[in-house]
Order: sequence, then C-alpha cells, then structure tokens
Amino acid sequence: MAETGTWAVKVGLAQMLKGGVIMDVVTPEHAKIAEEAGACAVMALERVPSDIRRDGGVARMSDPQMIQEIMEAVTIPVMAKARIGHFVEADVLEAIGIDYIDESEVLTPADETHHIDKHQFRVPFVCGCRNLGEALRRIGEGAAMIRTKGEAGTGDIVEAVRHMRSVMGDVRRLQNMPDAELYAFAKEIQAPLSLVKQVKAEGRLPVVNFAAGGVATPADAALMMRLGADGVFVGSGIFKSENPPLVAKAIVEATTHYQDAEVIARVSAGLGKAMPGIHVASLPEKELLATRGW
Amino acid sequence: MTLNGTRAVTVGILALQGDFREHREMLERMGHRAVEVRKPSQLEALDALVIPGGESTTIARLILSNGFQGPLRAFCATGRPVWGTCAGAILLAKEVDRLDRPGIEVMEISVHRNAFGRQVESFEADVEVRGLEGGPFRAVFIRAPRIDAVRPPAEVVATLADGTIVAARQGNMLATSFHPELTGDSRLHAYFLGLAEAPAGIRH
Repeated sequence: MAETGTWAVKVGLAQMLKGGVIMDVVTPEHAKIAEEAGACAVMALERVPSDIRRDGGVARMSDPQMIQEIMEAVTIPVMAKARIGHFVEADVLEAIGIDYIDESEVLTPADETHHIDKHQFRVPFVCGCRNLGEALRRIGEGAAMIRTKGEAGTGDIVEAVRHMRSVMGDVRRLQNMPDAELYAFAKEIQAPLSLVKQVKAEGRLPVVNFAAGGVATPADAALMMRLGADGVFVGSGIFKSENPPLVAKAIVEATTHYQDAEVIARVSAGLGKAMPGIHVASLPEKELLATRGW
Repeated sequence: MTLNGTRAVTVGILALQGDFREHREMLERMGHRAVEVRKPSQLEALDALVIPGGESTTIARLILSNGFQGPLRAFCATGRPVWGTCAGAILLAKEVDRLDRPGIEVMEISVHRNAFGRQVESFEADVEVRGLEGGPFRAVFIRAPRIDAVRPPAEVVATLADGTIVAARQGNMLATSFHPELTGDSRLHAYFLGLAEAPAGIRH
C-alpha cells in the first residue's frame, strides 16, 4: 500500500534540502536565477522581507497565480508563506500543490493565540523559532522543519546567531540532564515532555533545523552552518545585493564548504555591495518580526 | 570487523548537498567507517561511494564547480561499489529529462525526474528487491524519480506493485529512486557494499 502525507515523507523532504540554500524570489526570472545558482529550493513571495518592512501595512499570503508561475518556472521545490494561524491560506497553498508552507512571522499574524494545526495537512510546514521551547511547540503542532526566526529583512545576522545558539545550547544542556529533571525543564521551556525526552535521547531536534533571518553574505551562511544549522534561508540578501547571480552562487558554495576558509575567501571576493543593512538594535520594539508568534 | 562479521570498509558519501548525514549514520551503525567527501582528492582512499539524496540540480552544479565530474566517472570505472539514492540515481543515469547540466552519466538507464508529482504526492510503499532476503523493503519516495528504461548491461533490481522500476544495477553501480537511509532498515546498504567487482580488463 502506498501512503502519502506521512510524517516520514514530510520530514524526508527537509532532509533532502540539507546542506543547501533556500532563496526568496518574487518573480519567475528570480526563481530561474536562484535555480541556476544552485538553490535547493525557492520561497515564492510578492515582496522580500526588507520591502515588507519598508512598506508597512498588513502582509498576507502571495497571489496564487504568481506562486504558480514560479512553480512552473523551476524544477526545484517551491515554498510559500502563510500567516501565523491562517489555516485557510495554508489550505489554498496546499490546493495549488506547493511543496512546503512557511507559517511565517514575516507576514502579519492572523491569530494571536493559535498557530496552524499542521498535522491536518498533507503538505509539510516549516516554522520559525527563537529557542528550544518554541521549536518543540511548533513540532508538537506538526511542523516537519524548523528555522531560526532571526530578524528578517535587516541583513543583520545577530538575531539568527542568538536563536541558533539558544537552541543548540539547550540541546547540549538537555543531554547532561538527569531524567528526573526533564519534567521541570519541559515546564520551564513550555514544550511537550515527549519531545523533550526525544531530544535528550537523540542529541538533536527531531526535524531539520535551518538558519534564517539576516543572512547577507557567504560568511554569514558559513557562520550559521558552523553553529549547527542544517542549511540556510536567504531572503533579501540575494536580490537586494548589487550582483544577485554572483552572490547566490557564492552563498551556495560557502554553505557546502562551510568548514573551508579558503573556499569562503575565494567566493567572497569581488561580490559587489551586499544588501543595505539595518542594525537590529536600532529598531523600535514594535517593528521586530521575531516577537510574532509564541 | 562489523557487527554482522563482515570486513569493515571505508565508505565515502558525496557531501556537496543533501542527506549525507543519514547515510553516514547508517553506515557507522553497521560498523563501517564513513567519510563526508567534499573534495575530489578524498576519493582515492575510499572502498565505496554513496551519492545521496538531495536536489539533483544543486548537486549537479556543485559537481561541475568543484571539479568532481571526471574523478567520479573514474571512480565508477574502478569497480568499487557506487550507489546513488534519488538525486544520486539521477546523476548516475545516462539519460535524464529536464536536467539542464550533465551529471556523472555512467549507467545505461533513463530517469524521469519528479515522476510521481510534487511533494504532496510523496509516499511510502513496499518494494520487492531482487536478491534481498527478509521480505519487502519499506521504501520512502520524496519527489522521487522513476526509472523509465533499463538497457544492458544495466538490469532491473526493484519494482513497485504496478511494475514501475525503482532500482537498477549495472555491475558495481546501484541506483534507487527511494531513500533506504531514511529508514531503520540497513539491508540495502549491506547489499550495496557487496557489489564490488574487478574493473574491466583486470578480472581474475
């Protein structure tokens, strides 16, 4: 008997993306540039995060027609974003055959209490996190892939680093924790006890964990891999740079050879201007995206 | 020695992109040494090589940009076991639809990418693998390719219930459109390590 939509096939696609770069694209032409550069998947959306940040207002799921045009333009997997808690946007994305849904804080949340019940879908979901508790809550709701939230659209890597160090640090702490203390730890980080036990036993998250939010250079991508990321999302960092095809290829090579400084040096040379950045510490609290969701 | 008493060997996993860690962990659990390969110079020391699942367009690009194409073809010709899973199978095939750059192109098979549809059509199913003891193999297919044609000296190794070809062998080379590394079943990894044969011209 063939079975679709199983946990193994949802988690399995994320396994295939590992060691790769998932790039934000807003047109079929961008998608082709990303595929040519070696992206392992693309995220189809109407505006990259830095433009969403600049424009303000309510950010929603992209036009399905625009997403479908991108799906037709490339053979690599295509992801798209739904608002936090907006399960009908997720229904729509599943109906058009999207490969992965990002329930994303980059869009304006639709529900302040409940995230999407992701177990109800055949299509897999990726969700953002700032720490281990948030990661395990999302996995408990059915997320088959996790990424750091970082601070999207800033080109400042500091928040992604903070979130990755927090997740990996708590995983390491858990490995040395006596079983008797797991109950209080699960309560402290507000995570399902069964998943806390699983993380202790396996020494890592039960699903693939990518870095996202602020990656702008090949060295940024390699830094996140060195900190334990399984791969990277790059949003505004490619198509807001001076030379997108070159930057895209360089970030792909740096992600593969993240332990090889000679390769990173070679691909970082002569890339032109990176995306203009925003120092996260200079942003007022109400403009932070990472604090959306719980 | 490994857990089941065979000789421990050194197996490389091409680690340009994809699920190389799952192959490494499976081989290590079996008692073998596993090495992540990111430079062509690492190939020489290996007894066998796995080309993992991942995104075939990405891996194909990285094979070319990292100077792997010639060294991988040469490795396949030495008679040491080589196994491509999913994306790896696509790269081993001589004929592939919709892949805009050459892979390794050493097996006499035709492969159709994403033949079962997009991710929502990804599935698990039992497959019958010829010569594999212990019953059907529970196989995981992720946006999987299908093997449309197998020409001699390549031969069919596994099919779905409807006859769709999902694994083929050509001498020391094996191609599977599914992912044994994502399951707890190590039978196909053991089968693969048994495929060594003397290179053409120096057979005993």
